[in-house]
Amino acid sequence: MIRPPGRLELWHVVSIGILAVYGLFLVYPLLGMLKDSVLTADGAFSLRYFQRFFGERYYLNTVLNSFKLSFATMCFALLIGIPLAYLYNFYVIRGRAVLQVLIVLSSMSAPFVGAYAWILLLGRSGLITRFLRNSIGIEIPTIYGFNGVVLVLTLQLYPLVFLYVTGALRNVDRSLLEASQSLGTSNLKRFFRIVLPLCMTSILASALLVFMRAMADFGTPLVIGEGYRTFPVEIYKQYVGETSQNYSFAAAISVVAIAITAIVFLLQKLASSRFSFKMNAMNRIEPKKAKPLASVLIHAFAYLVVSVSMLPQAYLAYSSFRKTNVFGNFVAGYSLSSYREAWRYVSRALPTTLLIGGLSIAVVVLMSILIAYMVVRRRSVLNNSIDTMSMLPYIIPGSVVGIALALAFSSKPLVLTGTVLIMVVAMCIRRSPYTIRSSVAILQQIPVATEEAAISLGASKLKTFFRITTPMMANGIIAGAILSWVTILTELSASIMLYSAKTQTLTLTIYVLVSRGVDGPASAVATILMLFTVLSLALFMLFSKNRDLAL
Amino acid sequence: MSVSITIKNAVKRYGDAVIIPDLSLEIRKGEFFTLLGPSGCGKTTLLRMIAGFNSIEGGDFYFGTTRINDLDPAKRNIGMVFQNYAIFPHMTVRSNIAFGLRNRKLPAGEIAARADEFLGLVRIAEYADRLPDRLSGGQQQRVALARALAIHPDVLLMDEPLSNLDAKLRLEMREAIKEIQRSVGITTVYVTHDQEEAMAVSDRIAVMNGGVIRQIGTPRALYQRPADLFVATFIGHTNALDGELYRNGAESGVSLAGVRVPLRTLVSDAGPQRVKVSVRPEDFYLAGPEAGVVDGVVERSVFLGLNTHYHVRLPSGEVVEIVQESVMEDPIAPATPVRLGIKSQKINVFDEAGVVSLMAPAVGA
Repeated sequence: MIRPPGRLELWHVVSIGILAVYGLFLVYPLLGMLKDSVLTADGAFSLRYFQRFFGERYYLNTVLNSFKLSFATMCFALLIGIPLAYLYNFYVIRGRAVLQVLIVLSSMSAPFVGAYAWILLLGRSGLITRFLRNSIGIEIPTIYGFNGVVLVLTLQLYPLVFLYVTGALRNVDRSLLEASQSLGTSNLKRFFRIVLPLCMTSILASALLVFMRAMADFGTPLVIGEGYRTFPVEIYKQYVGETSQNYSFAAAISVVAIAITAIVFLLQKLASSRFSFKMNAMNRIEPKKAKPLASVLIHAFAYLVVSVSMLPQAYLAYSSFRKTNVFGNFVAGYSLSSYREAWRYVSRALPTTLLIGGLSIAVVVLMSILIAYMVVRRRSVLNNSIDTMSMLPYIIPGSVVGIALALAFSSKPLVLTGTVLIMVVAMCIRRSPYTIRSSVAILQQIPVATEEAAISLGASKLKTFFRITTPMMANGIIAGAILSWVTILTELSASIMLYSAKTQTLTLTIYVLVSRGVDGPASAVATILMLFTVLSLALFMLFSKNRDLAL
Repeated sequence: MSVSITIKNAVKRYGDAVIIPDLSLEIRKGEFFTLLGPSGCGKTTLLRMIAGFNSIEGGDFYFGTTRINDLDPAKRNIGMVFQNYAIFPHMTVRSNIAFGLRNRKLPAGEIAARADEFLGLVRIAEYADRLPDRLSGGQQQRVALARALAIHPDVLLMDEPLSNLDAKLRLEMREAIKEIQRSVGITTVYVTHDQEEAMAVSDRIAVMNGGVIRQIGTPRALYQRPADLFVATFIGHTNALDGELYRNGAESGVSLAGVRVPLRTLVSDAGPQRVKVSVRPEDFYLAGPEAGVVDGVVERSVFLGLNTHYHVRLPSGEVVEIVQESVMEDPIAPATPVRLGIKSQKINVFDEAGVVSLMAPAVGA
């Protein structure tokens, strides 16, 4: 596209504006955090927080623990997600549509809610634990600690692997597989030699995503981890000050955490660059009927995975209708009292949630469209730096976003803690890299000729952007925005450091109720949130038609 | 309305790479003008410079007498048809066609009337209220053409508009395009790499290679008197043979495979030298032993229905392709010796490098 040199265009102003926003809400807080991590209270340079971190086994362990459980979660999620995606796409499974919806749904609750439900089921006085103990006399291994966190996060995150690999398989041409078959490849060999390598970029991408999510998760270890300390929890403890507040130490831990995620991110990029090739299927793979016995096994596997991952939410929904005593603990019988109680919280938290979520989505969508347009259609040094900047939040764990914002905006000149604005900023930072990436991908697929056609017909560049570019991107972006909306609904790790009574969202409300042990209302609010998620997902299906689910 | 296009000393660079070093061109008012060349020759680049989608690193572009170098593409009043059609997928066929008219802020009644007029002209009126993804390639192409023409542009620019269509549809659409262009009478610049397509639709053709125009002329002139060996081989098929130009008093000609072929079409000032001779397959004919000039041996034959192609080895070792109308009898068997005649007035002679034609300018060409 032609650009007359030297003229200051509207788009330059937009570029500079976006850079300024990133500068204020991302770079400034991160630099501030870096500064805090190496400055003592009286302003002298010191590495003593890092010395303390690496010197004391306990602190070092929090990061090692996080790394271990993220790695374990990643492995299990791949072990479940890849075979499930393969079977789902290669073989006829009854109730595929329902199965897919359930898989997506099981990834969409806040992880700590799942953890909480698993405690109700398998905890010390959990339903299944007691049943087994009382009827057969078996003691099941403890759900608390490492095992529990990995179980909860795996069941929460394998759907990402499933969706990514399913997306990749949609681009594999049937003839590739038929060619391998005609050359005498067995089914098993075909899976390892053809299918896996073809999907490797997506597998690596989903592995990274699972790792990052597990690494950043705050609520699950807190609820079910008990003695198993992870770094997001530690940052929170240092910041909130269970014993004593220590911002600088929290900042130092954050810096270490970012370093680790950055390294993992770069390693993944390196690995996936070896597998980059373009594919576009003329003939998609069609599910085939498996032999009867195999078919039974396939069904059993698929439905077992889905039932286990849906179990916590189903059990919470069931629990929400149980009778409770005055402390909110369950007693025999059924009642709606939990919902009556829950309404007190929901009536306040729901408008807040809608406000914060709505504003965040609006900002994320606007930013995504503008940034995608500038990155794809108007390459320049300025816009390339925006591109890089927009990916920065991808490697920053939620609790680090939380603490960086909290440290930056709790003192003059700009006091924002406790406001709706800072919550919106946190949500946007957390969510924007995903929506921006998918918007960029969408725009890259729209041939530039369509916009040139509009200009050749006399439309101004601005008009072309609004009348042609934006509507063509709209479908994909709306679909992406609805998924972002769901993740914003369930955001906890950053918002827990930034919320006030005024800005308590539904998810924060559940967290508060869970930590107070008010089981009845907690499960009722969680069920209401789940209904919201289901509604959003239904809306997504409506908008995206048969578009691939992408998170 | 329709204007002439003048390009003076155009230069196109991408970084250090020079795509078009220095190109000048005059396209007449109302003319169907084609830029023809192999891929990467700069033809699309030049078209997009005329449209305003590529920057211009040097030279002057005029529509009529107006210099358009710095004019925004939106204000050049061009109609452009793109290779992939670039139909707006979120608008109906009618809205696509009306899009340019709305930008010109015409009254609603006139927009509707003109949209209907062009829907009818390209014969897609029955699909007016459909979304474009329900249309076939040929129908989308018609929408693109109607959309470009509806704004009454000064020039119509078409970038390989038929290359995404299947062979049969391509023939049908190129007739339609030619007919519509003639009835509207608009200056048209058409880009293609398909020489047959170019010959079928164009008033004049510019053959490009490496960012340089090798020849501009009517389809007939390009075919019969190509300016250099590149044009001779790119337009149609030809046999490029090594030869020797001779002069013998008033008679001049070329010796091919040791045989002298007298020519009356050579430039008068060309002295004896080694030359490249272009003889098209149909300019050879199988002659009786007495009439022929060159001996040869048939290597193989290909039956293609209307014609039969023979590959014949000459005494010089060169293998030439010749075309004969098919006959009811068996084709000549391999290894059969034959004598070939040459339609000497149709052959072309170039200097040894193949860049300068040694043919006298044809009268009236």
